[in-house]
Formats: sequence, structure tokens, C-alpha cells
Amino acid sequence: MTIATTTQLICFAVLASTVVLGALGVVLLPNIVYSAFLLGGVFLSVAGLYLLLNASFVAAAQVLVYVGAVNVLILFAIMLVNKREDLSAIPGLAVRRLLSGLVCGGLFALLLRVALTTPWALPGPLPVGEEATIRIGEHLFSDYLLPFELASVLLLMAMIGAIVLARRDVFSRDIATGEEVDQALIEKARTPLLLDKSAS
Amino acid sequence: MDSTPIDVTSLSLADGVPLQAYLVVAALLFCTGVWGLINSRNAVRVLMSIELMLNAVNINLMAFSSYLDGQLIRGQVFAIFVITVAAAEAAVGLAILLSLYRNRETVDMERFNLLRW
Repeated sequence: MTIATTTQLICFAVLASTVVLGALGVVLLPNIVYSAFLLGGVFLSVAGLYLLLNASFVAAAQVLVYVGAVNVLILFAIMLVNKREDLSAIPGLAVRRLLSGLVCGGLFALLLRVALTTPWALPGPLPVGEEATIRIGEHLFSDYLLPFELASVLLLMAMIGAIVLARRDVFSRDIATGEEVDQALIEKARTPLLLDKSAS
Repeated sequence: MDSTPIDVTSLSLADGVPLQAYLVVAALLFCTGVWGLINSRNAVRVLMSIELMLNAVNINLMAFSSYLDGQLIRGQVFAIFVITVAAAEAAVGLAILLSLYRNRETVDMERFNLLRW
């Protein structure tokens, strides 16, 4: 066993344990802010696993998109809905947790068995290594061109949809001058439609 | 049930990390995500669990692409598409969460029961 493979094994062990423990922390910690920061740690460790797999471009995309965008978005959402509320107890919660834990454990056992007993066609073809970014570019502009363009349309749709869903009602009167704003551009003032009926 | 013997020769650590190690890590991550998805009361944590599951799938794709498809790394292209869709999903999901919070004044999943049968 050479030094290179030993280093690779140690890096993999550290990254994998960070991923698994961080994911457990995300799910189990009671404070959601800690969960959000642990989620960032999980994303960074997954990017490290990609680096171990010779995929520097996807690792960079993972850091940029997940840590830079998704995690920050989740932190913003936590700040915007940050209200300490005592969750009302619901009956059978412990039973539900136990049952879902059993189901997830069974799923894990199934996946473990599949991963360990399948005769994978190893060793496969030689990895391209540093040329991976070039190959991804060739794929994106030749045989995966249609999904690539569809992804751009999907991102545009998601952006417009997020703006429409999350925007607040605008003022019906200009604050500075006091004159009426064009009523066609704004929503009517409305009462919340979905007031909780179970609370009353 | 026939018991296929586990192929120990491909699990040796002498030539680097085996493929199965990545698969096991991804399976653990996915099962954690599923458990969190079922049991979270906070809606933001549900979105976090979905992100965990998407990351587990991505680890699988990348491991297969590196070990079994080393020349045409199609798994990496798929992983990039999954990352794109995950970003769009997070944006729309959090926008829905914000408008739900504005209407119901809570993030408790148990009280989002307007469509309950």
C-alpha cells in the first residue's frame, strides 16, 4: 500500500464520517440554525468526495451552487420565518419515529446488500482524470444539448415563480408623493385566506 | 432466498477506496434524508432533508461515473443537471414556504393540513 492510497483512504474516511455525522446532526439537532450550518459542512464534505473522484469541475459547482446559493437561501428562509413556537404535541409521535426508523433501516439494509453483492464490472475503463472538464463541456454542447437548454428554461421558470410566490403586497400609494399607483400593477389588499381553523 | 457471497476481492483497500464504500456512504446519507423528511416538524428542515437525499444521489452518480464509466463521464453531466434542478427546487420550495408562513403564521408541518382527506 503506497503513501498515495493511504492518504486517499484517510481523506475518504474523514470526509465520509463528516458527511454521515453532519447529516445526522442536520436531521436530529433541535436548533434549526445549527442544522443549516451543519448542512453547509455536509455540502463541503461532499465536494471533497468529488475531488477524491477526480471531478474538480463538479466539486466547484457543488461549492458554488450548494454552499453559495442553496445554503444561504435556507439561512435567509430561517431568518424570515424565525418565530419561536412551541410545537403542539401530537399523539403517536414516538411510534411514528420508531416505525419510520425501522423503514429507513430496512431501506439501508437493502441498499447495502445490493451494493455489496452486485458483481460490478470492475476495473472499468481508465478514468480521464484532469480532462474531465473538457469532456463535460463536449457532452453539454453535443449529445446533452437539449437537456442543457431545458435546464436554462427551468432556471428561468423557477426564478420567475419564486419572485411571484414570495413577493409581498406592494403599497397602493406612493410614499414620497402620495399619489395613487397604477392599480393594474398591484394586487388588491386581501385578508389571509387560509386562516387556521383548527386553532379556534 | 439465495445468499450470494460477498465478493471480498473487490473490497480490498490495497488499491484505493473501493466503489462500494462510496455506495454505502450515499445509502447512509439517503436513509438519513428519508428519516428527516418523514419526521421533521419544521418545514425548513424538510427542505434540508430533500437536499441531503439529492446529494446522496449525486454521490452515487459521481462514483459510478468515475469507476465504471471513466472515459465518457456521463455521470458527471447528470450530476450537474441534478445540481441545477436542486437549485431551482430550493428556490421555489422556499418561496412556497414563505407564502405559507405569511398565510398560516407557522412553519409546523402538522398544521399545513388544508388538503387533508
